[in-house]
Amino acid sequence: MDDGNRLSRRDFVKIATLSAGALSLTVGSLSFIEGCTTTPKTGTLFFSENEIKLMEAIAEQIIPTDEWPGGRNAGVVNFLDEQLVGPYRRFQQDYRKGLEALEKTCENKFHSKFEKLSWDSQTAVLQDMEASRLNGEAWKNGFSKYYFELLRSHCMQGFYGSPRHGGNKDYISYKMIGIDQPPIVGENRYGI
Amino acid sequence: MSNKHVNAVIVGAGAGGGVVAKELSEAGMSVVLFERGDWVSFDAHDIDELLSQRTTVLGNAFGPDNERYRRVVVNEDGSTKVVLASENDYNNVAACVGSGTVSYGAMAWRFMREDFKMKTTYGHVEGSTLEDWPISYDDLEHCYEKAEWEIGVAGDAAQNPFAAPRKKPYPMPPFSYNKEAKILESSMKRLGLHPFPIPMLRNSIPFNGRAACVRRRSCCGFACPINAKCGTHNTVIPAALSTGNCELRTNCIVSKLIINDKGRITGVSYFDKDNNSQEQTADIIVICASATETPRLMLNSKSKFFPTGVGNRYDWVGRNFQGHAYTGAFGLFEYDIFDDIGPGATIAISDFSHHNRGIIGGGILANEFTRLPYFFTNIRPPGSPTWGKSHKEFQKKYFKRNTQVVGPIQEMPFFDSRVQVDPSVKDFWGIPVIRLSGHRHPKDVEGCEFLSSKAELILKEAGASFTWQSIGGKGLSGGQHQSGTCRMGNDPQTSVVDKFGRVHDTSNVFVADASLHVTNGGFNPALTIMALGYWVGDYIASEWQKGNRFV
Repeated sequence: MDDGNRLSRRDFVKIATLSAGALSLTVGSLSFIEGCTTTPKTGTLFFSENEIKLMEAIAEQIIPTDEWPGGRNAGVVNFLDEQLVGPYRRFQQDYRKGLEALEKTCENKFHSKFEKLSWDSQTAVLQDMEASRLNGEAWKNGFSKYYFELLRSHCMQGFYGSPRHGGNKDYISYKMIGIDQPPIVGENRYGI
Repeated sequence: MSNKHVNAVIVGAGAGGGVVAKELSEAGMSVVLFERGDWVSFDAHDIDELLSQRTTVLGNAFGPDNERYRRVVVNEDGSTKVVLASENDYNNVAACVGSGTVSYGAMAWRFMREDFKMKTTYGHVEGSTLEDWPISYDDLEHCYEKAEWEIGVAGDAAQNPFAAPRKKPYPMPPFSYNKEAKILESSMKRLGLHPFPIPMLRNSIPFNGRAACVRRRSCCGFACPINAKCGTHNTVIPAALSTGNCELRTNCIVSKLIINDKGRITGVSYFDKDNNSQEQTADIIVICASATETPRLMLNSKSKFFPTGVGNRYDWVGRNFQGHAYTGAFGLFEYDIFDDIGPGATIAISDFSHHNRGIIGGGILANEFTRLPYFFTNIRPPGSPTWGKSHKEFQKKYFKRNTQVVGPIQEMPFFDSRVQVDPSVKDFWGIPVIRLSGHRHPKDVEGCEFLSSKAELILKEAGASFTWQSIGGKGLSGGQHQSGTCRMGNDPQTSVVDKFGRVHDTSNVFVADASLHVTNGGFNPALTIMALGYWVGDYIASEWQKGNRFV
């Protein structure tokens, strides 16, 4: 381990915090602190454009916007898109199957896309999915409940995990719960 | 090119193997220390909650990796499943120099006298292989002391009236309580309990040439960015290497013991970092690969002299697989009790470790390591929404207003909880993988219910506005506190190794890791594994210096 670098990095954090306040650290500088750079992506890695819209609506249901951003604006779908061609490659088939089945279910039941449904209807569909109440071949044998739990936990990871994986944009969930990032010893610097 | 013969091969550079490497190389023995992983640094994974050694949804930060490692788990209905290294059912320990001691929470418990005499203390337990150790606490006391001083522990034993007697205090003063611990301290005292600062393998002051801890919330599950956490990777392994007698071979996978035509174990076969098959001969072999990988290596080493694996004449290798059922309670408060003083766990009680009415053993209770943001999304009172608006509200409201009082229950050894090798599934190197099966003893749930009720009582007394219990103790045990699979004993028919860790039926093969544990205590086991490293290592080194070549 290079102690020299470590010190200078810590110093940088300290200076940045003192001079600007941690809230106004730019995304660029935070990436630098974390030691990895995020290059803006063009296009998606796994999801189709339609799937993106659907996934954003789901992510928004799992973590809704209130005075803080929700799943849609915190980059949850971006997180998932990256993981599904990485460590979560093993879940690709579940996502393809599950999202297609969800579209079909909404088409049959409401003649609408999931993302075009009212907020309450979307919630109800997901509640049915969680409770294995949806009709359709694809949902059978426990897939409904299994896939909902997969979606739920993955969305939570995208929202509350480290931004280095493409979610939790601008450390938004850490700001929301009031913990500083990068961590600074002692009390948090947000005063929330 | 063949490798030069050495005095000792040590398999695994973790809590046990690192200590043994130091003891043998300082005694002048030539040593090759094998490690399946590599040196790791903080920078590789930083404080990435999703890719740590505590939460592993995106992988094990310090290995083993999902590409090359597999295990098989037998489900309750008898069916089997193949699991990835990052999945909970794999029961991983870190694959790196120092193993779990790089990323552990670093609690530094000594077991108590009773923990070595469980059968004498509690009698026979139906359905359990509960037994006394062949060594006592007092036999091991000087080894605990050595571990505390050479690796480094901060604490104050005087504050724990239940602690077993000791000759020397800890080398470093204890850590101060964080805010939640202060709240719990007064609650515990009002209940007549005896709280004390948790002994920790972390520097509370500059020690051993390394800095003092800066109390980050991301500690348990992560490497330390300032090297204040004391493991074998930054103490005894560097000491071993500095003798000039020890060679550390990283990224090497030991696949089996070499057995010659006279039935003597002459070395190990392994795959080097380029996956080439190699051999390393040695006078003695010390296996310190964990309570899962150690029995695997022995079971995968067969010959006409050892038809069911080395040390397995009486079918005890891999048996009595134990760990710790974690059990306790959560409490919510209506004011901030989180002050971001890491690593969270600072206070404990040992009042319920032993002599509880109707319970065999017991466990410590401590406040839990900081519940990080993603981890916390799964902490909700029973029946609460797990997603949506109110889930997010809870996250906002209670992230700084929750605590968990929790502890490891002493499990009853169960003969049919076991590590075997799978008949068909192989890993990347073609080595038969581990097959895990069994479940905990029913008594464990009783212990958990008891300890959880005490935890909840403490939280209520502390003024928690809402509390609920989390009760462990079912299913297959194991986890990072895995132990018990190469039991120490005097009778070769009911144990795998003798009281110095030597495998029965061999003259020169030793085990020095948590596999030795006859019982696993109601404490985190790291310091005991280190102490056993000194116990076995000191025995080998002193015999060697007397001229014993273990032939």
